[in-house]
Amino acid sequence: MEYAVAVNDLTVAYHKKPVLWDIDLEIPSGVLMAIVGPNGAGKSTLIKTMLNMIKPVTGETRFWGEVYEKQRKNIGYVPQRGSVDWDFPTNVLDVVTMGTYGELGWFKRPGKKEKEIAIRALEKVDMLPFADRQISQLSGGQQQRVFLARALVQNADIYFMDEPFQGVDAKTERAIISLLRELRSIGKTVVVVHHDLQTVEEYFDWVTLLNKVIIASGPVEKVFNEENLMKAYKSKVDKLFS
Amino acid sequence: MNVQIEIQLIAIVVALACSTLGVFLILRKMAMMADAIGHTILFGIVVAFFITHDLNSPLLVIGAALTGTLTVFLVESINKTKLVSEDSSIGLIFPLLFSIGVILISLYAGDVHLDTDSVLLGEIAFAPFNRFVVNGVDIGPSSLYVMGTILIINIIYVSLFYKELKISTFDPGLAMVLGISPGIMHYSLMTLVSLTAVGAFDAVGAILVVAFMVGPPTAAYLLTDDLKDMIFLSGIIGTISVILGYWTARIFDVAIAGMMAVMVGVVFLLIFFFAPDRGLLSIMRRKKRQKYDFAQISFLMHVINHEGAEDEREELGKNTIHEHLGWNKEFVKDIFNNLYSSNLVYIEDDIIKVTEKGRDLAISNAEEIVNGI
Repeated sequence: MEYAVAVNDLTVAYHKKPVLWDIDLEIPSGVLMAIVGPNGAGKSTLIKTMLNMIKPVTGETRFWGEVYEKQRKNIGYVPQRGSVDWDFPTNVLDVVTMGTYGELGWFKRPGKKEKEIAIRALEKVDMLPFADRQISQLSGGQQQRVFLARALVQNADIYFMDEPFQGVDAKTERAIISLLRELRSIGKTVVVVHHDLQTVEEYFDWVTLLNKVIIASGPVEKVFNEENLMKAYKSKVDKLFS
Repeated sequence: MNVQIEIQLIAIVVALACSTLGVFLILRKMAMMADAIGHTILFGIVVAFFITHDLNSPLLVIGAALTGTLTVFLVESINKTKLVSEDSSIGLIFPLLFSIGVILISLYAGDVHLDTDSVLLGEIAFAPFNRFVVNGVDIGPSSLYVMGTILIINIIYVSLFYKELKISTFDPGLAMVLGISPGIMHYSLMTLVSLTAVGAFDAVGAILVVAFMVGPPTAAYLLTDDLKDMIFLSGIIGTISVILGYWTARIFDVAIAGMMAVMVGVVFLLIFFFAPDRGLLSIMRRKKRQKYDFAQISFLMHVINHEGAEDEREELGKNTIHEHLGWNKEFVKDIFNNLYSSNLVYIEDDIIKVTEKGRDLAISNAEEIVNGI
């Protein structure tokens, strides 16, 4: 099997407190994978470390056998919606166009071609009528769609999404999942930090259970079972009974 | 060029140089950092002065610019320990470096033109006395050339790195993933902020630098949704403040730089109150309007809920309904009259009734509220 991502012996710590412990993880190409685990399990930290935003204490991440810098243009990222200031003075089209900045490189300005790419992406997420809208006037679901459109514009081979379903309406959730499936169907790999255990089986074909260490990782039907969930959410379960 | 125009021109150039960078500072929520840099550069200036013994040496600029960057670095290092919040970190570093500068001046530089007052307040009225002379020809006040150069550097920087500044300000995480280092943008911006503060301190003083960096961009932020417009508007607001400040200072015969800083505040306050969309008055008007609209819908819903019920005469009686809504009689009367004139309610046998039109309006509004959640 070809692996899109291979993480080896990754340990991340804030000061003395380990957040991730000796993570070994392989993500096959073309899967739609959820990373699940309790709060504080290090889900966001894991993808941020893979994407070189946090320096690990030990270990490394390879994308198709190469280091991050070499594959940067093939990697898309959708941060948590709450991580940016939605009162920033800009409109929807402009935010989506930001997805092309990596391809453009330093100095070059986005032009007509980039605008067109952005418009096509907005169309895909049903947000074209909002192209000129100030971003502060969007609902949570609309904000998430804008972020998704921006990721599409990056035209990556693998996407990392940090809680794309957080606080969106049911309609947006359905729209997002069908978009993610479409990405998978054209051979993209999608990695999603996910919160809702009830939808894992319905939405994803691959899952990683994480709680500072990898509890299990593999096809949903194989590893998404009570035993592994108990292990991942153990501290919580223990507390409930103590 | 006469002195009056020269003074105003110098101040306008300073205002433009400051507000161009200030836009990004306030969007990065770094107004306090601008304040800190504006003061700590004193430390760099003093140290560089002790090395060169020349107030016009370019080393002063470099020393000060380095101190500005050092300030940012120290604040962030303290903040990174997670033991101290960012504003407290600024509150620790800013007085430390600034007061070392003040002590050094009072100890060793008592007899030169380098005192705390001139650094803090500047004296723009004297700025034209310092001439820029080339081959024996006087071509204008030197601060105009210094600040003009800095303004041009700032404009080139912002237009060259517009896209990079925008994305690293809005979404540093994505910028990083796309290979646009937010760290480089951050420190280059801070270095230019320091450079601008140094260039301006001699002419207008640190207080006015901070006022120009924070005031006009904050005001412009209330007027526009567009980053480019925000930069242009900041420049215009800064320029207006300079001219107003200069002439007010002339009329009352007070400190010019001080009055310009006051005018930045006055212009900001005017915009804060009267901005068309985000001004305080229009927000209050909108809130009042919404409250009134909501009261009308509540009134209609109350009528719909109780119509035809046993207690209809009590709940919806034209003289008793106000008790059930818990509103004062005058307000109820006002709401009723409004609804009546729009043909949404009517009175039959002293009982308030709702028309078909009123019923449709209330129900469609209620649906909107439910769906909105």
